[in-house]
Amino acid sequence: MSERLNSIPRAAAVGFLALAIVLALLPLTLNAFWLQTGLFSMAAAIAAIGLTILVGRAGQLSLGHAFFLAVGAYGYCYLAGGEEIPGVESPAGLELPPLLALFGAMLLAGVAGLIFSPIAGRLHGIYLGIASIGLVFLGQHIMFNAEAITGGFNGRDAVDFSLFGFSFSDGESRDDFGKLEKLWYLGLVLLALSAWVAHNIVRGRPGRALETLRDSEVAAATMGVDVHRARASAFMVSSMFAGLGGAFLALAYGRIVPETFGFVLSIEFLIIVVLGGLGSVNGAILGAIIVIGLPQVFTNYADSLPLVAESGSGGVGPTQLSRYIFGIAIIAVLLTARGGLAGITRMLRAKYAARRASPVPTPAP
Amino acid sequence: MTQFIELTINGLSLGSIYALIAFGFVLVYKATGIINFAHGSILLLGAYVAARTQADIGFWPAMLLGAASAATLAALVDVFIMRRLRGTEPNSLAILTLGIDIVIATDLIRRIGPDIFTSGAPWGSEVARVGDYVIPETRIAAASIAILIISAFFLAFRYSDWGVAMRAAATDGRTAALMGIRLNRLAAGAWALAGALAAVAGVFFVSFPSPGVDNATGLSALAAIPAAVIGGLDSLIGALVGGLIIGLVATYCAGYQDELSFLGRGLGEIAPYTVMLIVLLFRPAGLFGSRSVTRV
Repeated sequence: MSERLNSIPRAAAVGFLALAIVLALLPLTLNAFWLQTGLFSMAAAIAAIGLTILVGRAGQLSLGHAFFLAVGAYGYCYLAGGEEIPGVESPAGLELPPLLALFGAMLLAGVAGLIFSPIAGRLHGIYLGIASIGLVFLGQHIMFNAEAITGGFNGRDAVDFSLFGFSFSDGESRDDFGKLEKLWYLGLVLLALSAWVAHNIVRGRPGRALETLRDSEVAAATMGVDVHRARASAFMVSSMFAGLGGAFLALAYGRIVPETFGFVLSIEFLIIVVLGGLGSVNGAILGAIIVIGLPQVFTNYADSLPLVAESGSGGVGPTQLSRYIFGIAIIAVLLTARGGLAGITRMLRAKYAARRASPVPTPAP
Repeated sequence: MTQFIELTINGLSLGSIYALIAFGFVLVYKATGIINFAHGSILLLGAYVAARTQADIGFWPAMLLGAASAATLAALVDVFIMRRLRGTEPNSLAILTLGIDIVIATDLIRRIGPDIFTSGAPWGSEVARVGDYVIPETRIAAASIAILIISAFFLAFRYSDWGVAMRAAATDGRTAALMGIRLNRLAAGAWALAGALAAVAGVFFVSFPSPGVDNATGLSALAAIPAAVIGGLDSLIGALVGGLIIGLVATYCAGYQDELSFLGRGLGEIAPYTVMLIVLLFRPAGLFGSRSVTRV
């Protein structure tokens, strides 16, 4: 036990603890707008972890992540929903307890990933990435048309989360400890669990198998990796993260519509994982915070920022400004800093360590 | 039956437009091994330039201008961005083109705003009556021009020095380079040509019955990706066949919407992707694509 504890650098442990405390205290000071942004970031982070494993570790490009988020989101709403409201026509559901529905949604997304695996397992390289675009469009078509389950164009409400009778929804925010605050803690727990599981996958046997597969299919097969199975399971695991993220997204939105889960969302997730650094779990989380947060910052401070115009006034709106930035950032990352934010942090840390270890003391800047 | 034949003619003509766009994907893929996701926004640029200038300089010069600007932009993208990363693994390159697409598309969409610019095609909304069949004249023009370009293209690919160099580079880049073929120049040329083709296709794509260039044009041009994939990313014949298939399927689905209503509304938009998934399930490299064989 003590050996294991000692193996974690003390600074990292202290840093992690401090981060946890700050995150736990944040809801006490943030207003509803930023809480909501935080919830979206968490949902995106959970889903992005799945994509970074798939693209960065297993080397499979996927443009279909939005589809699996949708499966998770609608899966949750379907499994938990269905309560008859007299006079209101509402989509069908199974009325499961929300916690069960949450895990059910995750499994459902995993199954969706498995169903796609006959294609995912056989296609090579870029063909898989393109095939996954098809999923997004097909998925949106189903969402628009399967009205009995999805509510069609108007979408459907997400049942509020509750755990063993403890509701996560009462209180209308601000004054008492409201819905957003409670969801914040739920999100933190889900995100921490996801990150922990992902770290274990990446560092363990499956992660190594995937990396070998990415670098050389032949070498992986020679070393005893079942190529088709490994590919398919990478897709399944990634979809499960997406499903969980999607279910939490449904909770954060309160109501989901098909429009949300389009091709643009898939691209947004690619931006997240590339900016964060392909294959890095922490990078994916950081990327999610930036990609979700930046447009909100621009929107909120549109008046005081020099470049940003009101949307619709012909100038550069907040969403557009952040899209310019993300597009240019992707080009810059791929041209110059392949590791993304995670790579940059690693590099700085290595420099710092080298400076500390160097025999000639250099004055700290 | 009349409806079926009308739909078939319309579908083939729409398909020839898709084939032109798909050619661009295949050209770039053959020359550089990249699937170019910025193709849609390059098409958008060409169509936008043509639509904005046609009132002043006329339809045909405007189309040439659009093609020239799209070709220039594509060549610049290759020379200044893609060239630096030759030989990197294809997934990163695909994501890179997505980044480029975001920048170009954001800018164009911002300029276009909520407006719709007509392409100013001289045929307007005229229709030709051949016997019992009614066919928009733009579609006839689009198909004839596409057939012209495509035939010229096949001949050039088969007989010209450029075509030989292209094929050599696609088969074995290193040997081709040793034979004195300038791969960088060839690649830039392929990008430029792809851009020009996309622009021409784009102008027809936004002509009647489509109202004009709007901010969704780039996205609807995405449907040419299934066309390129169905045929096989490295086959020009495949792009042609794939384009025609997509055109036909999309047109049939839209035309027989009422009969197919059990499959849901808006079937025409997703049909290309469904066909693509089905084809890929049975032929992972498309209909005419070369399979990669790994030998140890």
